[in-house]
Amino acid sequence: MNKKVVVIGGGIAGMESSAHLAALGYEVTLLEKTDKLGGHLLNWEKLFPTMRMGKEVVTFLNEGVEKGKVNVIYNAEILNTKEIMNGFSITLNNNIVLESDAILVTTGYDLFDASKKEEYGFGIYDNVITSAELEEKFMKGEKITTSDGKIPKRIGFVHCVGSRDEKVGNTYCSKVCCVTAVKQSIEIKEHLPETDVYCFYMDLRMYGMHFEALYRESQEKWGVNFVRGRLSEACENMDGSILVKVEDTLAGKPMKMSVDLLVLMVGFEPSLGTKKVGKILNLQFGVNRFFKTQDQHTLTNVSNVKGIFFAGSCTGPKTITNTITDARAAASTIANYLSGHDIHNRIMTSDIKATV
Amino acid sequence: MIEFGYNIAKDRQIDFDKNDKRISTYVRENEPSFKTCISCGTCTATCSAANFTDFNFRKLQLMVRRGETLEVKEEIKKCMLCGKCYLACPRGVNTRNVIIQINQAIEKIENHDI
Amino acid sequence: MKLEGKKAIWKDYQKEIADDKYFYVRSCIRQNFFPGSETAFIRILREELGKDIFEHPCHTTCTGIGYHGDIVPLDTMMTVVARQFALMTEAGYENLVPSCITSFGIYTEVLDTWHHFPEVEAKVRDYLIKATGREFKIPVNIAHASDITYKFRKEIAAKAKYKLVNKETGQPLKVVEHIGCHYSKMFPDKGVGGAEYPYVLVGMIEEWGGEVVDYPERRHCCGFGFRQYLVQANRGYSIACSHKKFESMEPYKPDMIITNCPGCPMFLDKWQYAIAEMEGKTYGENGHGIPVFTYEEVAGMVLGYNPWDLGLQTHQVSCETVLDKIGIPYNPDEKYNGINGIKLGVPEMPVNLKCC
Ligand code: SF4
Ligand code: SF4
Ligand code: SF4
Repeated sequence: MNKKVVVIGGGIAGMESSAHLAALGYEVTLLEKTDKLGGHLLNWEKLFPTMRMGKEVVTFLNEGVEKGKVNVIYNAEILNTKEIMNGFSITLNNNIVLESDAILVTTGYDLFDASKKEEYGFGIYDNVITSAELEEKFMKGEKITTSDGKIPKRIGFVHCVGSRDEKVGNTYCSKVCCVTAVKQSIEIKEHLPETDVYCFYMDLRMYGMHFEALYRESQEKWGVNFVRGRLSEACENMDGSILVKVEDTLAGKPMKMSVDLLVLMVGFEPSLGTKKVGKILNLQFGVNRFFKTQDQHTLTNVSNVKGIFFAGSCTGPKTITNTITDARAAASTIANYLSGHDIHNRIMTSDIKATV
Repeated sequence: MIEFGYNIAKDRQIDFDKNDKRISTYVRENEPSFKTCISCGTCTATCSAANFTDFNFRKLQLMVRRGETLEVKEEIKKCMLCGKCYLACPRGVNTRNVIIQINQAIEKIENHDI
Repeated sequence: MKLEGKKAIWKDYQKEIADDKYFYVRSCIRQNFFPGSETAFIRILREELGKDIFEHPCHTTCTGIGYHGDIVPLDTMMTVVARQFALMTEAGYENLVPSCITSFGIYTEVLDTWHHFPEVEAKVRDYLIKATGREFKIPVNIAHASDITYKFRKEIAAKAKYKLVNKETGQPLKVVEHIGCHYSKMFPDKGVGGAEYPYVLVGMIEEWGGEVVDYPERRHCCGFGFRQYLVQANRGYSIACSHKKFESMEPYKPDMIITNCPGCPMFLDKWQYAIAEMEGKTYGENGHGIPVFTYEEVAGMVLGYNPWDLGLQTHQVSCETVLDKIGIPYNPDEKYNGINGIKLGVPEMPVNLKCC
């Protein structure tokens, strides 16, 4: 009989790892809490750095899931799990009980709740929105306007909202928001060529292949402006525009600027599902509250519980490219484990080597 | 008016909304490479003037962008137009021409041409 | 502006405020700046609300101004604070109510310090015994006098004879509120409504019929800033802060300003005179300034107390414009009478700032 793997979470990591596990010959069940596969990607129109449609990637991933005859259970919620002989028994809502030889956790991230940065006024000032809300407008083909329907003359993007910020308890970099701001700035310029765009950043993290080129294009072709400084606060002007206060660190002076629309680049946080599933399965969390992998370099998909593995952004912020790669890596790690290699013992040997 | 022995302190804040951005617009149009500056400071590091005075091309180009016209007018006098910075710039900004264009813009503003 | 967003934040910052048996500590400067305010507070609590509020004749300054001005060392300040606590303990009270925002900040800061460094508390107890032979208990509750007024704002509204409403137009008066920085900027969770969108004064304004003005420089300091003001050569910074606020609030045409810190009404009031005389600029209607009040004065006004008993004649910006708008009667001939009815003489009038 085929060995069984249960994958928890039907975002891109869950989809691609399911496809690969199925291709490797395992019987794969993919649990998804909503009624659709695709996760956050469903809410993203175009993708950096190529501006290709997010839909195309979803289609690709869906194909893998379908071809592999992955058993997808929608609206699934895990009630509890038990360890049984060489595996797990998982009880879902609607009383389905699944047995599996290994579990892959792909529970992903949630976007930072921008209203926690009180001083930026999200949820209070009408013209402060998040990057996700802007993307939704692109997605729906809505006009980009201020709250009272006017074309914005100047738009500000605030990097690192909810990331790299001790005050909200998230000290890590979310990795995708810098280039997302560049991408969205370009899209703003495509829609509204007359609108000035200002990005307020601490560091521009253009590490991915072609990210730098996109950054350069945003300046050269689209005239996007970059100000190295982090907002200390945003206030509302009488006309509803937003007054931002920032130090222009490079000019060495504090600066105020009014923008008609302020976009907050919200970062990643471990998802609610990550927290819940982690508790049920007794998984370890790292300092940043994402799952802790057993080794930063070598055992990137391995959890503290034998037979349970990770893929995607439940272990930390990742781009789509990184997530897909990670999903495939997890599938192969699981194959390794199910064919009898003792991955945990491999930690032991390396530990011994290190101490010797 | 009464002499209080002190005045209302001058605001240091860049008032971006009120500042005059004409030089910036002019330079962007006439030397488009100006737009790609990332404020890395290589120009200033290589600049002879900057080695001995507080002249700073990186800062100057920012003052232009922010519309701090008075400071620009004062600072730009210190450049010797030697062009060393043009050699060093990783983004290929034609720094020398930027200086020339700034000076032209200042002149044009004074003559009410822009 | 979305009020629901603010309400959500206000919900997060509610604090415990004792409801009776108060040990009241006066401010060292308010009695000179706004001499009727503290008396009005005691009168309201005793006569209108039937509360037990006790003042100890031996209490002193908290040394806050000296401490923030770098003149009084930390140990000295803490020992003086400990002595206030001892007076309270001896009098049999547990709920401390400072009149001054800076004192409130000082008491809160000292308790927080002792909480984190118990050895410092032990040292201060030792100093106090050596210096005065006194011992003390830590207060059960510390609430600023504005917190108490906030707590009973509805009771005050129920007894009010007047509302913050223009009697001619029926429109609510437009009110700027300014909490002192030390009210909640140091410890946001110790202030009603927190630091970014403080509610303590807003609650009073709403309850008493006014409309709050939220303007871009609302969070900016009033300009007291201790060291900025105490040295004459630095006063340009102090007045520049107030100036920034006035310029920012001016387009909203506020009818009045309410504050809860000793410094704020002082500087927001007096600097209007200095700005007018330096630059000829005035911010109120027809050459007047914008009248500035303490919350106790406003409570007294709505309760129908005689404006001259509240000390409104000591304001630099004349308060009559507001009294007239609300329809509060006053006798101009008695404006400059002392409490014993003797005429004190009319002060010299400024050149540029129109005063009644
Ligand atoms: S990717 Fe950029 S915006 Fe996002 S957290 Fe990192 S530095 Fe900040
Ligand atoms: S620059 Fe100011 S706000 Fe930023 S980290 Fe330093 S002290 Fe904090
Ligand atoms: S007087 Fe001004 S500086 Fe002092 S606490 Fe009040 S707002 Fe802050």
